[in-house]
Amino acid sequence: MSYSWHWGVFLSPTPSGDATYLGWLLQGLEWTLLLSLGAWVIALLLGSLLGVLRTVPNRWLSGLAAAYVEAFRNVPLLVQLFSWYFVLPELLPRALGDAIKQSDPLTQQFVAALLCLGCFTAARVCEQVRSGLNSLPRGQKNAGLAMGLTLPQTYRYVLLPPAMRIILPPLTSEFLNVFKNSAVASTIGLIELSRQSQQLVDYTAQAYEAFIAVTLLYVLINVLVMLGMRAVEHRTRLPGHSGARDV
Amino acid sequence: MYEFDFSSIPGALPILGAGLLVTLKLTGVAIVVGIVWGTLLALARLSGNRLLGTMAAGYVNLFRAVPLVMVILWFYLIVPTLLKDWAGLGQGTDIRMASALVAFALFESAYYAEIIRAGVRSVPQGQVNAARALGMTYTQTMRLVVLPQALRNMLPLLLTQAIILFQDTSLVYVIGLADFFGAAYKVGDRDGRLVELLLFAGAVYFVLCFGASLLVRRLQKRIAV
Repeated sequence: MSYSWHWGVFLSPTPSGDATYLGWLLQGLEWTLLLSLGAWVIALLLGSLLGVLRTVPNRWLSGLAAAYVEAFRNVPLLVQLFSWYFVLPELLPRALGDAIKQSDPLTQQFVAALLCLGCFTAARVCEQVRSGLNSLPRGQKNAGLAMGLTLPQTYRYVLLPPAMRIILPPLTSEFLNVFKNSAVASTIGLIELSRQSQQLVDYTAQAYEAFIAVTLLYVLINVLVMLGMRAVEHRTRLPGHSGARDV
Repeated sequence: MYEFDFSSIPGALPILGAGLLVTLKLTGVAIVVGIVWGTLLALARLSGNRLLGTMAAGYVNLFRAVPLVMVILWFYLIVPTLLKDWAGLGQGTDIRMASALVAFALFESAYYAEIIRAGVRSVPQGQVNAARALGMTYTQTMRLVVLPQALRNMLPLLLTQAIILFQDTSLVYVIGLADFFGAAYKVGDRDGRLVELLLFAGAVYFVLCFGASLLVRRLQKRIAV
């Protein structure tokens, strides 16, 4: 194999001259972080709501949440992303669809990717919240209701606080998945981290340096998220719960 | 409102069928290699040998930290060079397919390794001790006592992972390999009927994956101990 390594490539200026290739990488990192964190907020809110709906004693509501989960879990993420980006603007009323298509392409890509990743991850969060709620003893809900709390109050004050704390470890892995899945946004042209690696190859032909740098950045994100979530788990662990570690 | 026109789908069925075959081939090879190589990785981590264990853990953690898109791109970079250097193949072989196969097989192994490791650990230690007390070697204990029970415990998870893998193969789009999704996209782009083709592809994936997940659920109930 004859490959000439050139790590200095990151410091050389880009063709337009106003940035270095390292600057490009960091810009890609910024988009990846913005997209993933935004999608995670959507996923947590929507997923928790759906997870609660999945366990309420109303067949319509729980059926609706179950249908949502099956739909978003059984269609590939890539098909979902293309549907948000290409199909949705066509199906909306014409005026609205045209307005979307005429907006800034970067905004279109980012919003489509954000909604797609948020809704996709919400289905997974929903299942975790449901299993957390189901793992609580039945008596807790009955006790809450017997004390005169309404059903929403029972969820808010009795069921959700311990359930959310129990499911933190699986939520951590979903959180990690959001960052990894965000790379799919490169397929609709959003220049996030993984797309930036391809762009660097196109411009500099230093493929190995670019790929190694991007891979290391993803590993770094992974490590930081794991450390952060471990700290959160440590602070919020339930005393006496089997998952809790002794200090 | 948008006017649907699904008329370009019937004529495109041969192309879509060929794409589906590519998808199935990728999925099948990745499952087989993934389970074999994943079992070896899991056993290496459980072996108690520090060097082997650390290497296997490094492999698994690295692959699990990197997006699949990056892994596919990596192997599309590496595999053609290796093919040229080692095998002397170059022009004739389908480089996209070859590198996608390698990428999925090695990537899935990391995920299968974790499932298999959890499955093996779910077999009580007493069983291992009993087998060893009967005079079985380590290999015999694993093959005859631990793995058959572990397999039963982890079968639903292995199958669920296979369904996820089936969906993930659509990502070969990034290296331009025409799997089922790629074929649907190409036809839609060609005929200016992207909306219909994307909806059709989504519906096909949904039916296949939802059906498979119902079967897995049924199996899970039947083999539950």
